[in-house]
Amino acid sequence: MMLNLTRFWNRFGKLLVFTLCLLPFVILVVQLLTNALGANPIEAFTRANGEWGLRFLLMTLAMTPLRLIIRRSWPLRFRRMLGLFTFFYVCLHLSSYIVLDQFFDWTEIWADILKRPFITIGMTAFVLLIPLAVTSNKVMMRRLGRNWQRLHRLVYVIAICAVLHFFLLVKADLYQPIVYAVILILLLVYRLLRLCTSQYRP
Amino acid sequence: MLIKNSSDIKSSDITDESVYLRRREFMQTTAGIALLPFVKMVAAKTEETLPYIKNAGLSSKEKLTDYSAITTYNNFYEFGTDKESPAKYAGRLTTSPWSIVIDGEVNKPGRYQLEDILNPHTLEERIYRLRCVERWSMVVPWIGFSLADLIKRFEPTSRAKYVQFTTLHRPAEMIGQQRGVLQWPYVEGLRIDEAMNPLTMLAVGLYGKVMPNQNGAPIRLVVPWKYGFKSIKSIVRISFIEKEPPTSWNLSAPSEYGFYSNVNPDVDHPRWSQRKERRIGEFLRRNSLMYNGYEEQVAHLYKGMDLKKYY
Repeated sequence: MMLNLTRFWNRFGKLLVFTLCLLPFVILVVQLLTNALGANPIEAFTRANGEWGLRFLLMTLAMTPLRLIIRRSWPLRFRRMLGLFTFFYVCLHLSSYIVLDQFFDWTEIWADILKRPFITIGMTAFVLLIPLAVTSNKVMMRRLGRNWQRLHRLVYVIAICAVLHFFLLVKADLYQPIVYAVILILLLVYRLLRLCTSQYRP
Repeated sequence: MLIKNSSDIKSSDITDESVYLRRREFMQTTAGIALLPFVKMVAAKTEETLPYIKNAGLSSKEKLTDYSAITTYNNFYEFGTDKESPAKYAGRLTTSPWSIVIDGEVNKPGRYQLEDILNPHTLEERIYRLRCVERWSMVVPWIGFSLADLIKRFEPTSRAKYVQFTTLHRPAEMIGQQRGVLQWPYVEGLRIDEAMNPLTMLAVGLYGKVMPNQNGAPIRLVVPWKYGFKSIKSIVRISFIEKEPPTSWNLSAPSEYGFYSNVNPDVDHPRWSQRKERRIGEFLRRNSLMYNGYEEQVAHLYKGMDLKKYY
């Protein structure tokens, strides 16, 4: 039985996780089409995709600590997929802003990027995500060698930008952005501690 | 595969087309009669209709925002910060008995029962645009009366330069008040000439019905040329004072929300532009209007004022 489960996991684990990752998108689209997103569906759709982007980003960042804590290698198998889903939801978030919210009003969008810190920061995070998504495949990994890891350290800058982006757009209730910030801080502190301890190890 | 034979449906089972077409009516009369006492009990408060006359002169002719949108998409932080929270949690608010304290620079201060406050006034329907500082807007058919008519009854003295309003503070029923998102109770204020402007109203209902709790029952302010947060809800105190009163959002973020907070597409919120707005129910954004389109009625109040400074 145990063996069967392991085999099942090895075989279909990725497919299962992939389906689960896609579920929020499917639900959101169904809600959008059936008018189930409340009185301001555009705002709700944009916001939900942004939040899912942030959640997937934090899940991606949680895979390395998880691997080290449980001493199993399987979390790493999902890191790339989660990272790409981050990019997927962030793309949806951004296109929802450009298409549904602003309806290609480029002057207004450009003014937003230049004048509104939360949009400047959010856009920065998006732009930085692009090279990571592009170089996420095996070919690029091999070609970049050591530089691949250096490049992908950008994810920490992106995560900080993403949380800041959320902080700056909220009106008064900081509860939600604080929750995300705390999770991010824990994930970063874990890495820092490991870095320090491994450096000072004789 | 099972294929159901069409003869499974007896002709007597088929609803007559004329009945089918009138199914809503049928439901309302037949099933409705049986359910009526129950429905009435549950929905007594919000379904209660109000007697009113239409004030066409002060009403917008734009398409009304759906009742369901007006009553499910609310900023009323006393019941939580999500737009859906007020509709979910405001039901537990007791709005009767309700009294309002009138104090400060007036000849007739006191604590008045809501019935006595409302009694002399004829209720009017006024269709106003509502523009939220968050860049969405609605068109709402409010039921109420001019604040000016109420103010005159209590005879403010010449030292009454401002009117301050206070919302109920009752954390047991207003669960949003259990967290310090804003300083409670919520306070708002108007200059006396703003308060006396014929557009400024106290509303006790919308869409011809008693005000739903989530929209500020039992009585709220409506100042259509200002951002929505100026239109304070569930009022328990009206004070006449000499100095400009503190206002909740100004206390929370002074650089973002001023005392005046007039709708002004040319003065940006520090974090977003106010040039456009999304009318709830519409896809494309529309341009926001100076004083929310009430320039003719209110521009004179701010003549010579630097609107960038007094945002």
